[in-house]
Amino acid sequence: MKNLVTIILVIFALSSCNSSSNKKGNEKSASSKKVTLTAAGATFPMPYYNMVFKSYTSETGTLLTYGGIGSGGGIRSLTDKVVDFGATDAFLSDDKLSKMPAEVVHIPTVLGAVVIAYNLPGVEGLKLSNSLLEKIFMGEITKWNHPAIKSNNAGISLPDMDITFIHRSDGSGTTYIFSDYMTKISTKWADKVGKGKSLLWPVGMGAKGSPGVAGTIKQTEGAIGYIGSEYAFALKIKTAKVQNSSGNYIEPSIESVSAAAQGEIPADTRITLTNSADPNSYPISGFTWIIVYKEQSYNGRSKEQALATVTFLEWLVSEKAQSQAEKVHYAPLPVAAVEKAKSILRTVTFDGAKLLE
Amino acid sequence: MNSDKITKAVLLFSSLIILFVAGGILFSLVQGAIPAFKNFGLKFIFSNNWNPTEGKENYGALPFIAGTIITSVVALLISLPLSFSASLFLGEYFRGTKMAKVLGMMVDLLAGIPSIVYGLWGFYILRPVLIDLGLPNQGFGIFTASIILAIMIIPYATSLSTEIITMVPNELKEAAYSLGATKLEVITNVIVPTARSGIVAGYILSFGRALGETMAITMLIGNSNVIPNGLFSTGNTMASVIANQFGEAEGLKLSALIAVGLLLFLITGIINALGKFIIKKMA
Repeated sequence: MKNLVTIILVIFALSSCNSSSNKKGNEKSASSKKVTLTAAGATFPMPYYNMVFKSYTSETGTLLTYGGIGSGGGIRSLTDKVVDFGATDAFLSDDKLSKMPAEVVHIPTVLGAVVIAYNLPGVEGLKLSNSLLEKIFMGEITKWNHPAIKSNNAGISLPDMDITFIHRSDGSGTTYIFSDYMTKISTKWADKVGKGKSLLWPVGMGAKGSPGVAGTIKQTEGAIGYIGSEYAFALKIKTAKVQNSSGNYIEPSIESVSAAAQGEIPADTRITLTNSADPNSYPISGFTWIIVYKEQSYNGRSKEQALATVTFLEWLVSEKAQSQAEKVHYAPLPVAAVEKAKSILRTVTFDGAKLLE
Repeated sequence: MNSDKITKAVLLFSSLIILFVAGGILFSLVQGAIPAFKNFGLKFIFSNNWNPTEGKENYGALPFIAGTIITSVVALLISLPLSFSASLFLGEYFRGTKMAKVLGMMVDLLAGIPSIVYGLWGFYILRPVLIDLGLPNQGFGIFTASIILAIMIIPYATSLSTEIITMVPNELKEAAYSLGATKLEVITNVIVPTARSGIVAGYILSFGRALGETMAITMLIGNSNVIPNGLFSTGNTMASVIANQFGEAEGLKLSALIAVGLLLFLITGIINALGKFIIKKMA
C-alpha cells in the first residue's frame, strides 16, 4: 500500500514538472510562431476562399483555416466569438445586427452567381422564363415536356420525364439569394414561400450543402436545382439561361454577374443584387461578405491577432486576390465596392485605436 | 486504508460520473427545448407544419416523428426474417461449421461499416437499381432509406439472437430429440420459447439503433419536411433534420431542433422501457 502512495506521489511530481516546462515551451513558440486566423461560414464562396486563403498563407505565412459550415453557422460562430471572422451570403438585417453582442461590419469579398442547374441528357441551352421558374418551383409544372416549357424552348426536344426539384436541406445563403430572386419575380412565391436561409418548400427534396445538391443533380436524370456557379462548372452540370428584368435571357458568366453589380452600392455594402436593372446582368447574382467585429479587442485577443485579421481582409479586397476570382468562376468586386470595403476596414479598431491608416 | 475500500470508492465515483453525464444531457435538452414548447405547446408534437422562413416561423415535429417511426418499423420488418434465419443458421443448424464461421464473420463485418459508407452505397448503387425497378421520386424516400436501415441493423439483431440461441441448454434439446422431435420441431418448441426474451431484446436494441440512425438516412430519404403519404414517398427523420439544420439554426429554430432531440431521446427511452417490460413478462 505504501508503495502505491509513493508511486502516485512520484507521478504527480513528474507530471507537474512536465507541465511547467511545457508551459514555458509554449510561450516561447507562441512568440516566434506565425499568427493563425480562424474563420467559418458560407459554402457558396468556398472554392474561391480555399484558393485565395492558400495563396495568402504562402505569401505571408499567416495560417488561415476556414470551415464551410453555412452562412448561419458563420453568423453564429461570430456571435459566440469563436472565430476571427465569419462569412455569409445573406447580409445581417438591422434587427439581427442590433442583436449581435457588439457592432459588426460587412466586408464584401467577391461576386457570385446562383445558377439554375439541370440534368437532362441531350438537352442544351434550356431557357426558363420567370413564369416557368415560378411554375416549376411551385410544383405546378411536373413534367419536362410540359407545353409551356416546350413553347419557350423551340427546337429543343424535351423528354417525357418527371421534374425533380433538389433544394438545400440545411439553411443556406445560396437559398437566401435564390429565394430573394424568386420573391422579386413572382408574387405567388412571395406570398406562399417568401425568402430566407431555409424555407418551407412547396415541392422537391433536400440535399445537404452545395456539394450535396450538385452531386444529387449530377446523379439524377430530370433533376433541377439552384447552386453556386462553381459547383455546377466543376461537375460539368448544365445551367439554364434565365430572364433578367429587361426580359433578356442571360447565361451566368463573369461579365453578366459583374454587370449586376454596376449600380449604386450603399456605404455599408449591404445590398442584394438579384434582378438587377442592367440589361446585360445575370439576375441571380450576389455579393458574399465577411463579417467582423468593429472593435477587435474581445475575448482576450491580442493586438497582433487583430492586426493580422484586418491586414488579411485588406489584402482580400485588393487586386492581388480579386484577380484570382475568375479562375474559379467568380466575378471580382466592382471598384466602388472595393473602395467602400477599404473605408469600412479603416473604421475597425483595437481598444478604440484604429488598426489601419 | 484497505484496497477494498479504494476499489469501492473508484467504482462508485465512475458510476456517478455516468449518471451525472446522462442527467446532464437530459437537463440541457430540456433547458434548450423550453422556448419551443413555451411557444407552441403540445402543438409542437402534433403539428405537421415545419416552416423556418423568417417572419412565418412555425415548428411542428410530427413529420419527423412519423418519418422516424415509419422507417424504423419498415426496416425492422425487412430485417426480421433475414436476421432470424441467419441466427438460426449460425446458432443451431450449422453451429460450429466452417460455413457458419465465415457467415458469422461477414455479419460482424456488416456491423463495422460506418453509416456514411452505407449511405454512399445506397446513393450510388441501390438507388439506380430501384429507379430501374420503377420507384418514383428518383429512388429517394422512405422505402430506400428503410432498406439501408434494415441492412444496418441486421448484424445487431443477428449476433444477439445467435448468442441467445447457442445459450439454450443442450439437455433441453437432447430431451426433445430423444422424444423423436425433428430439428424444426426442436426449434419451434424448445429453442424459440426458451430464447424468446433474448431474441425480443435483440430486436428492440436494433429498433433503438434504427431510430437514431442519421447519416445514411439523410442521404436517401429525400429530406422533405412532410408527413410521408406512402411507402415510396419522401420524408425526413428526427435525427436527420437535426443533422441537416443544426449548423444554421439560431433562436427559436435552435430550440425547436433541441426539442426534436429531446423527443427522440424520450421515444428511445420509452422503446427501451417497453422492451424491458416485454422481456420481464415473457421470461
